[in-house]
Order: sequence, then C-alpha cells, then structure tokens
Amino acid sequence: MDYDIIIGLEIHVQLQTESKMFSACGTEFGLPPNTQTDPVSLGLPGTLPVMNGKAFDLALKTAIAFGADIARFTKWDRKNYYYPDLPKNYQISQYDLPFSTGGALPIPERKDGGGGGSVRLTRIHLEEDTGKMIHAAGGLSEVDLNRAGVPLLEIVTEPDLRDPADARGCLEELRLTLRYLGVSDCEMQEGSLRCDANVNLHITKDDGSKVATPIVEIKNMNSFSAVEKALRYEIERQFEKWKDDGLTIKDAPKETRGWSDPDGITKPQRQKETAADYRYFPEPDLVPVEVDDAWIARIREEIGELPMARRRRFESEYGLSPYDANVLVEQGQDVADYFDAVARETGEAKLASNWIQQDVLRVIKEKRLPLADFPVGPAALADLINRVKNKQLNTNQGREVLAAMIETGKPADAVIAEGGYGLIGDRDELAAVVAATIEANPKALDDLAGGKKKPEAVKGWLRGQVMKRTQGKADPQLVVELLEARLAELGH
Amino acid sequence: MNLSSEDVAKVALLARLRLGPEELATYTEQINEIIHYVEQLQQVDTAGVEPLAHGVEVRNVFREDRRHESLPREQALGNAPKRNHEAFLVPAVLQ
Repeated sequence: MDYDIIIGLEIHVQLQTESKMFSACGTEFGLPPNTQTDPVSLGLPGTLPVMNGKAFDLALKTAIAFGADIARFTKWDRKNYYYPDLPKNYQISQYDLPFSTGGALPIPERKDGGGGGSVRLTRIHLEEDTGKMIHAAGGLSEVDLNRAGVPLLEIVTEPDLRDPADARGCLEELRLTLRYLGVSDCEMQEGSLRCDANVNLHITKDDGSKVATPIVEIKNMNSFSAVEKALRYEIERQFEKWKDDGLTIKDAPKETRGWSDPDGITKPQRQKETAADYRYFPEPDLVPVEVDDAWIARIREEIGELPMARRRRFESEYGLSPYDANVLVEQGQDVADYFDAVARETGEAKLASNWIQQDVLRVIKEKRLPLADFPVGPAALADLINRVKNKQLNTNQGREVLAAMIETGKPADAVIAEGGYGLIGDRDELAAVVAATIEANPKALDDLAGGKKKPEAVKGWLRGQVMKRTQGKADPQLVVELLEARLAELGH
Repeated sequence: MNLSSEDVAKVALLARLRLGPEELATYTEQINEIIHYVEQLQQVDTAGVEPLAHGVEVRNVFREDRRHESLPREQALGNAPKRNHEAFLVPAVLQ
C-alpha cells in the first residue's frame, strides 16, 4: 500500500504597521495586557473604523510579489460571531471579494533533492486580528485586547504540498520573502506568523483502487519545526487509523486537532458549541477600495529583488555555490546587500563570501549585533580584502587587522600602520630567512632523510618556523615555494 | 418561502437573543412578512446589474499609519462587568 500526502496551509501574518488596521492605536508586541487599546479596538458604541493606508499597501505588496491577481474592486465584510476575543461581536474581514486571488509561493529545493516548484495560492485577504484569551482560575478567562484590530493577512494555499519538509520550507521562504519586503517580522513565537495545516492521505490500495482519509486541520503549531513534526505525526496517525477502522473522507467530517509540542502528538480539539454560521454581510462602516494600474505600478516599483531571484543571481553573477548563495541570502536583506557591495568592490565574490561568512557573521552572532551596528562597513571590508588579494597582508594578518578594526572602529590602513602589519615583499630577503631556518634546524633534515616522519608534517613544521622568524609577515604561498626550492637544492 | 419557528430560534441563538415562546411566535410572523416583502422586490429584473457593495458612492478612504496614545488601562476596563487589575474577565470558553 502506498499513499500520497496532501497538505494545504492557512497562514496568518501580522503586518508591520505603527497603528492598527482601523484606528491610530499602537501595535507593539509584548506590552502588559490591555495597555494598547482605544475606543475602536474596544468596540465601543459610536466608534467608526478608518482603514490604515499602509496596511493596504503592504497587503498589495505581498500579493504582487507572489504573482497574484489584484482585484480592481474589493470590499469589507462583517464576520459575525460571539466570542470575547472581539468585543464588537464581529470581525471585519473579506468574504466574497478579497483583494487578491491566485499567485504562488515558491517551495525551496531540499537537500535530499526533493522539493522545488511552487504551491498555488487560493486567495489572500485582509482582516483584523482578535484579542487574546488566557484561561484563568475559577472558571474564568482573561481577555487582553492589545492585539485586537492589528492588521492581518490571511494567505490560503491550494492542497499542493506533498511533504511535511516542503510545508516547512515553504513557510521559511515566505518568512524570508516577507522580511525582505518589510511586510512582517514573521516571528512564530510572537504570533506575527501563524500557520494551520490541512492534511490527509490519498491511499492506493493493493487492488489499485484509491481512497482518501478524512481531512484534519492541525492548529497550535508555534514554530517551523512544530509544523513539520505535527504533519509527520498526523500522516502516520491517519494511516494507522485508516488501517484500523477504514474510515474515509466520505464517512467522517473534517476534524480539528491541536498539536501538543511537549507530547509530540495531535489531540482532538473541542468544537465551538454552535456550528459556524458567520452570516457575512458587507461592512457598512467602511467604503470599498478601487485599485488602479498606477497604484499597482507604484507598489511594484517598491518591490526589490526577492530571495529566490537573489540566490540565482549570486550563483550566476558571482559563481557562488548554491550553499554559499543560500547562506548569504537567508541571513536577510542587509547581509545580502553587504555581500553584494563587498563582492563588487573587490571583484572577488568567493573571498567576499568567505570573509563575510567566517568573520562578519560569526562576530555579529557572538555579539548579537544587527549588521547595521557592525563597525566595519562593506567598503572598509572590501579595502581589507583587496590588501589580502594584493599580498600586502596574508590571511592571518587580515583576520587580526579585521579584529582590530571591529574593536577600534578604525580603518584598515590605520590599524596596519599602528600594528606594523605587512608582508616581506622582497623574495631574496624571504629566501634568506628560509635558508637560515633550515640551517638552524638540522634535525628536520634528518627527519626528512630518515623517513620516520611524514615529509608533509616536517615541511609544515618548517613553514611554521619561517612564519615565526618573520613575525607572521610572510606570504604563506611564497614560503611554500621557497622552502621546496631550498630543500630540493639540499637534495630532499 | 417561510421561516419556521425553529429557523427563527436558530437565528435568535446566533444573535444571542433569548426569546420566550410568545416572542418566538410574534417574531416568526414578523420576519416572514419581511421575507415576503423582499420576495416582492426580487421580482424586479436585475440581470446585468452589479450587486451593491456599499450605500454611498465614496471609494478609497484611508488614514495615515500614525499612532496615538493608548487609552489608559483603567479607562479601558472601566465598563467591564467583571475584571481584575489587568484584564476583562469572562466565563471560561474552551476553544
């Protein structure tokens, strides 16, 4: 028996705005409960919503970036339900005329060779976020309305995903893209990116006939790894359950299950008492929106190069490996921009990539600095790399100089002058040091002749001695060459 | 089309209206009168007419993305029937 895995995602993304969707109330995360409210967020009588223009722009930006069709006419609808997370007893959302339909999210290629391609988008619409319920003692729940009214994008995909790893990859790429676009910070732990998944199996029975298992919607996945783990668990569970009871999509309704990360399982969730009947109707308090070509063109111009395109360009323009291109791109736009600048300035993309990955990224991780606060800008790093490239410094010296530049904020030439860095430029001078080093260490020659030690080890040791004598001021490649030449003269 | 009293009871529940048996009978009758009136309106030929999305012909009303001070928490919670020092309190609802 074999089966295909069918996964679709429903994603909610908080938009990065100063103020809420329908009022000038702040949107900051993590404030004490109910300290970020106003009469509109509280649903007080007599208040009227006014749409946040930036939220609409960010929504358009997202849809255009994923190749969706932008509706020229879109409107707002009331989704009526009684739940204390929205005190006005309805959520302003979009029902039959969402601002965006179609489009696709890219699926990154996996290390095992799978993945790739894309997942189609059903629709993207705008709505307001709800407040938060915290279960308290004594049969009561606390309601915190800080989040009520924060602008939210709902992104619904078609059931095109065939592997839990692709669901995760797709979400990670969405996060990276939305961060590049400045649309959302997409922090799953903070709830600015949330994902529910619909999953079931299409099983091919031994007799060749096909059946589908009942669809399960998984909620409560609070990290990227939780999405992958929950889907893996659920696939296994559905297959075992089907082997056990044989129930198919025709026999059982859609079920909602919650992922429990500590237990590593999904559990059935209690349904709301009354079946959902939201009685949508057009929102009378908000006028419709008409989007014209000029508006779309303006937003399109604000969209820079997206991560997928940038990886491809780093590979084709600079000849980077897919691995290196990905590391630089997935760190975020600032790191990729930094690399672009250093690579262009030095004409040495591979060197630029190595220095940024091994030195810049290591330091900003250790010091927990944003790249904007890293004291060495791309021009200063390019200057240093050029000096290494032109053999004014060797790589070790370059590293030391960079460390001093980071420490002091001084440019490379000042650090070099103060530290007396530089390479012995004269070939004959270095040849003399090499000769003197060999002469001072006759045992090394005996070792080479005796064959007890590996010649490479002995030569390596001699190279170290030469570097020591020159206080590290030798070009390592030249040392190798001169050492080989001198040893050959001596018959080794 | 006629709504039964069960239909009306369901709509009342969705709207969180508690109706006694007499009220249910009265409202069932009244709502059916409204529906019959709408059925009369539906006889008008509306082929080729776009459904009305909004009562006024205004489009694209936006405000700038600026924030003002939050309402002080004491005021925000001021009208709550039940509260503690930081939150509204409601009967526990399981999701």
